[in-house]
Amino acid sequence: MTDFRNLSGKFAIVGVAESDELGTLPHKSALQLHMEAARNAIADAGLKKSDIDGVFSAGRQMSTETAEYMGLRPRYIDGTMVGGCSFLHHVQHAMAAINAGLCEVALITHGESGRSRLAMPNMSAPKDSLLWQFEVPYGIVFPFTAYGFIATRHMHEYGTTQEQLAEVAVATRAWARLNPKANQRGPLTVDDVMKSPVLAWPFHVLDCCLVTDGGGACIVTSAERAKDLKKKPVYILGTGEGMGHCWINQMPDFTAATGATISGPQAFAMSGVTRKDIDVAMFYDAFTITPILALEDLGFCKKGEGGAFIAGQRTAPGGDFPMNTNGGGLSYAHTGMYGMFIILEAVRQVRGECGERQVKDAEVALAHGLGGIFSAAATMILANAPQA
Amino acid sequence: MADLKHLAPTPTPETKPFWEGAKRHELMLPRCKSCGKHHFYPRSDCPFCWSNDLEWVKASGKGKLHTFSIPQRPIMGIPGPFIAAIVELEEGPRIATNLIGVDPDPKNLRCDMEVEVVFDDLTDTVSLPKFRPVSKSA
Ligand SMILES: [Zn+2]
Repeated sequence: MTDFRNLSGKFAIVGVAESDELGTLPHKSALQLHMEAARNAIADAGLKKSDIDGVFSAGRQMSTETAEYMGLRPRYIDGTMVGGCSFLHHVQHAMAAINAGLCEVALITHGESGRSRLAMPNMSAPKDSLLWQFEVPYGIVFPFTAYGFIATRHMHEYGTTQEQLAEVAVATRAWARLNPKANQRGPLTVDDVMKSPVLAWPFHVLDCCLVTDGGGACIVTSAERAKDLKKKPVYILGTGEGMGHCWINQMPDFTAATGATISGPQAFAMSGVTRKDIDVAMFYDAFTITPILALEDLGFCKKGEGGAFIAGQRTAPGGDFPMNTNGGGLSYAHTGMYGMFIILEAVRQVRGECGERQVKDAEVALAHGLGGIFSAAATMILANAPQA
Repeated sequence: MADLKHLAPTPTPETKPFWEGAKRHELMLPRCKSCGKHHFYPRSDCPFCWSNDLEWVKASGKGKLHTFSIPQRPIMGIPGPFIAAIVELEEGPRIATNLIGVDPDPKNLRCDMEVEVVFDDLTDTVSLPKFRPVSKSA
């Protein structure tokens, strides 16, 4: 068995793209969004359809459906489906598969008609499921209810405030204002967030992510194969995955992303970089509480100090901790399984392709996603060179 | 009261004694005879030590409001605002539930406040355990 640290720098992300459009797309099925993103990512990489021999896909009842729609017959198929961070898990799984010689060019796709609900698989829970038996009859159905549990307990134990939560939305919007692809680009203040209607206490509407349609895709291959492709490779220095629970009633600690405490240390150990080396951080932000826990559980601040860390617009453009520079799930796009988009932005920041929102001299980026309600987690560290 | 019959779950073999207990207005928990721990939701085997030597015991019905959120609009026919909650039972396990018998206003609620079980007869065959604040006079 090889030491997992030997995987560092041996693989690269060589293509990234969104679907042709993002937003409200009642004229496009979820599968079309997968297709568009895949076509655009393969073009971004300078590869051809026939180069793809691994397909990684989530969000369909069967992952083979995505490959079938695209007319692909890969020799490696991975349908890992753990919620919004599935695509970060796919990257690690693709590394393992490529390392084992089981595929060479891995296509990871996402497409979701989150808003328009066109050709979406039926994911509703049967009445004898754990979800229906122990959560649904209590109206614990939508993510805002369950994420609210976490914010409430964090506020209780650590004195985190609704104003601090609002700061996350405000800083993220400031980045979105610099991203032409962002869905929400108007000015936003803490006061605006606090005065927006309460959706589920302690969350205001503006503490909650968007619901949009869209797709994204990325291509992973070996560092060797990456060398002579169209774009400068973005090397994968470290990856990790983990989980704490599946359903919210089983969350081991309502103030901590247990999965991140497993995925984070492995990703950092593999990468050989420290927290100080991270130039830009992309954290899943389904709700304003989400990046606060990521900051704590990935070790950027002490447990309970995430709210204070974020205060004073430290993560906004011009702050010393650039975070969620695409405008996040809060202001750029959130299809339901947003994780693909944090990969795209982390890659683009390291490539230096981000225009007005480009973080100066960004060499090392961290991407961290969660799936479900802080259930699964995956962390990835990317860089412009195979060694930090 | 809203008609919420459509919310009634269908028990599975390992959860049936729990739902039968709820019908009798008893909160039943599985306890492991090997390691002594209670767990919830009910499983076929103890999630702590993997023993399948389990017994059903009646819980005290007392616990603490571990955390909550307050959706403002109706969900699945449940009129809003309502209190979605996680209660930590005296025996240790936590349970997702609703807090009732108190206005759904955060001013009236605080994490770790004492609560006790009450049963909501949803249909002829299904009763849901819910919780209410323990009254100070009691
Ligand atoms: Zn046991």
